[in-house]
Amino acid sequence: MIPDNLQIVSKTILPEAWREETAGLMAAGETLLTWLEVDLDVGLRYARGFLVVTDQRLLARSPGEVGWQEWPYRQGLRLNHHDHAGVGSLELHDETARLGGWRYTIGNNPAALRLVDEFDLQMESHLSGRPVERPEEDVCPKCGAPLDGEEECPVCAREIHAPPSTRTLLRLWRFAKPYRWSLFWGFVLTLVSTAAAMVPPYLTIPLMDDVLIPYQNGTPIDIGLVMLLLAGLFGASLVAWGLGWVKTYILSLVAEHIGSDLRTTTFEHLMQLSLEYYGGKRTGDLMARIGSESDRICQFLSMQVLDFTTDVLMLLMTAVILFSISPWLALVTLLPLPFIAWMIQLVRDRLRNGFEKADRIWSEISNVLADTIPGVRVVKAFAQESRETQRFRAANAINLAVNDRVNRIWSLFSPTVTLLTEIGLLVVWAFGIWQVSENQITVGVLAAFLAYITRFYTRLDSMSRIVSTTQRAATAAKRLFDILDHVSSVPDPANPVRLTEVKGRIELRDVSFRYGNRSVLRGVDLAIEPGEMIGLVGHSGSGKTTLVNLICRFYDVTEGAIRLDGADIRQLSVADYRRNIGLVLQEPFLFFGTVADNIAYGKPHATRQEIVAAARAAHAHEFILRLPQGYDSLVGERGQGLSGGERQRVSIARALLIDPRMLILDEATSSVDTETEKEIQKALDNLVRGRTTIAIAHRLSTLRKADRLVVLDRGMIVEVGNHDELMAREGAYYRLYQAQARNVDVDMDETSGEVPRVEHKSKGR
Amino acid sequence: METTDFQLARNVFGRLVLTAADGTVCEGVVPVRAFPIAASGEGVALIGPDGHEAGWIERLEALPEVLRQLVEEELGRREFMPEIRRIHAVSSFATPSTWTVDTDRGETSLVLWGEEFIRRLGKSGLLVEDSHGIHFLVRDINGLDTASRKLLDRFL
Repeated sequence: MIPDNLQIVSKTILPEAWREETAGLMAAGETLLTWLEVDLDVGLRYARGFLVVTDQRLLARSPGEVGWQEWPYRQGLRLNHHDHAGVGSLELHDETARLGGWRYTIGNNPAALRLVDEFDLQMESHLSGRPVERPEEDVCPKCGAPLDGEEECPVCAREIHAPPSTRTLLRLWRFAKPYRWSLFWGFVLTLVSTAAAMVPPYLTIPLMDDVLIPYQNGTPIDIGLVMLLLAGLFGASLVAWGLGWVKTYILSLVAEHIGSDLRTTTFEHLMQLSLEYYGGKRTGDLMARIGSESDRICQFLSMQVLDFTTDVLMLLMTAVILFSISPWLALVTLLPLPFIAWMIQLVRDRLRNGFEKADRIWSEISNVLADTIPGVRVVKAFAQESRETQRFRAANAINLAVNDRVNRIWSLFSPTVTLLTEIGLLVVWAFGIWQVSENQITVGVLAAFLAYITRFYTRLDSMSRIVSTTQRAATAAKRLFDILDHVSSVPDPANPVRLTEVKGRIELRDVSFRYGNRSVLRGVDLAIEPGEMIGLVGHSGSGKTTLVNLICRFYDVTEGAIRLDGADIRQLSVADYRRNIGLVLQEPFLFFGTVADNIAYGKPHATRQEIVAAARAAHAHEFILRLPQGYDSLVGERGQGLSGGERQRVSIARALLIDPRMLILDEATSSVDTETEKEIQKALDNLVRGRTTIAIAHRLSTLRKADRLVVLDRGMIVEVGNHDELMAREGAYYRLYQAQARNVDVDMDETSGEVPRVEHKSKGR
Repeated sequence: METTDFQLARNVFGRLVLTAADGTVCEGVVPVRAFPIAASGEGVALIGPDGHEAGWIERLEALPEVLRQLVEEELGRREFMPEIRRIHAVSSFATPSTWTVDTDRGETSLVLWGEEFIRRLGKSGLLVEDSHGIHFLVRDINGLDTASRKLLDRFL
């Protein structure tokens, strides 16, 4: 029971182990506000401890100690938090010394941050005498932990650590629903075709007992009966064949459709997700999810489930038939079944491990390839061909060794299944002969039994596969639903405000942005007039690109608002809004296709005249004409065959063609040499004319045309003004400019990220 | 014995204070190993709070005893790479999987996101990264007991 005075403000529930103990500590009227369970001691060994913040003091039980320590709020008390390499640390100081320190693994970080926040709030309230002002917080509805701008609660994320359950597969019903009638008919056909397949063995009974055995005993063969029975055999087989064909066709078709729907839906959803999502994912992983995982599900649905259902139906029907003919023999026949199934499962289990291992080793080999082929220039430059060959050889050798081991078990597998089946048959033979000798059953019955069981013993092998294939399909389904369950962090409004005539006035009001638990932008206020050109200046990491990303609405602001012509951009439809933005990036991306296609990317129905006009304005026309097929030349895969400057001009033409009201140049000229930069600059001057422009540039000289320069430092605007004003002020901009004029980086640590990469310069033809 | 061109001391706030040969004082330096896995005893940098290198130790064992103890104490407080001694159980062979392990720092559990988070170190060493980015070291697979090795083998 929780006593009344233990009101818990944070919505989290106190861990059971600490509940009683902390309750006993609370003084009358004291309220427990938040807590942190630390799991490391000062020497970083695993041990449990507990920290509590109440409205009167900080309480701690350090790991390995028995008693509690307390620090009532007083002047000078400070709780510092930092983390390094997976270990978080809290340190309590006053003006004179360090009072205490606690360590925890990074999983507890959200709770620790909450504790520090609460501590600071309480301290402030105690020192100032004012009641606690609690800011409106974005908290996880489930556990009350702060969300820190993340979509997924870092605390609750732990619960998703469970391996994928096969129940995930049930969620595929959403995709199967449109095909439910086809599925229903498929199932009916499966039932009937399996039943038809049950007929031929049954007919062996009269064939034996009424035809062959009487004949051996001297009775002539009844031709009519034989014809009838044979016709029955043939007919049943024919029906089973026809029905099997139709059902396989229908169900495969449905499975293929479901797989295709799944792929398209996933890709469609993926395209809607914000950049934030892509930031945390590897391309290869996403490609695999949409490509091979959906294929795996499709295979599972069309082949494995179908086979398994058929097998189960067959097993049930066989059991019923066998029991109806002769219960005792049926019992003996089915008795070894579980045992055989278990044996098969055992071998298959080992085999599966081996196959999985082989899969993983295979990826090792492709890793060597993926590493070496794109880096072949470096390999050759350093004459390391033999070393790479050696690496490949080594990976291949491991592959060989693993496969050898798999093959050893694999080669044993089929003979083992056969052996088990034979043993099962042997048992039936023995018991059957005994029963025949006792006149309990006829020879025909025994023959029918043998015919039945050879059928399903061989199916046991394929049935045993269902466990692992289901597991695999569940994993695949889970990975796809991971994407589908993700909600875009920049949602489209339910009732978007229509954009009519865009003037291009951008207003940032007290904009703050946090990425994870890191504050990137704080209180940015800026109004950009239509047609104005703004240059963003600052060290890398000062928030320039983040600001631009917010204006493009790749992310949404954490606090404050961005307005276009007076309307909050969150009220506009995302696609509508972005149509008014032209973006030129540091490394232009060209899609696979012709130059013309690439220029017309943002406006697929542009006329050829428009494309040429845009290319001319971007100073790209002439070099495009020099290409072997002019505007129809193929480029792509990052525009190989075009130099950095040429690619950049294509991307400028692309931005020009959509004629946006707002233009964003993110380091548009920093990956090219000065000569090319001049050409690009000419193209850019055409582009900028009359548009609201926001330009980021490392080389301050490229921003000489800017109406105003905005200097950012650590997420805040520190100076605004034109070049001359800022130089006169001798502030942050002056220092940056001086440093560049001297051709020395202000601080190598901070600016090294912006030094243009050498490889790009030499890519020209 | 190597001579150092700096002095180290611990202040009341528990921070390391470095005094260079030229008399400049740097408060709150932290030791960082340059090769934490390949050669943990060689090359330890002392990084100041501004992120700049304030001192460099070529070899830890060549340091004067007092200094070495200070540095090792500080390293022990910062470095966190539990060494897996035994794997008790794994929740499943499909990832994400929760492992219950014995480490040199006590018993704990870790969540493995996927097989790709296990990195090979040399011939028989492994580095396992858990879902929070904490690295667990397996110094020598062959040094583990059979049960642990069998469990581990399913992920390799």
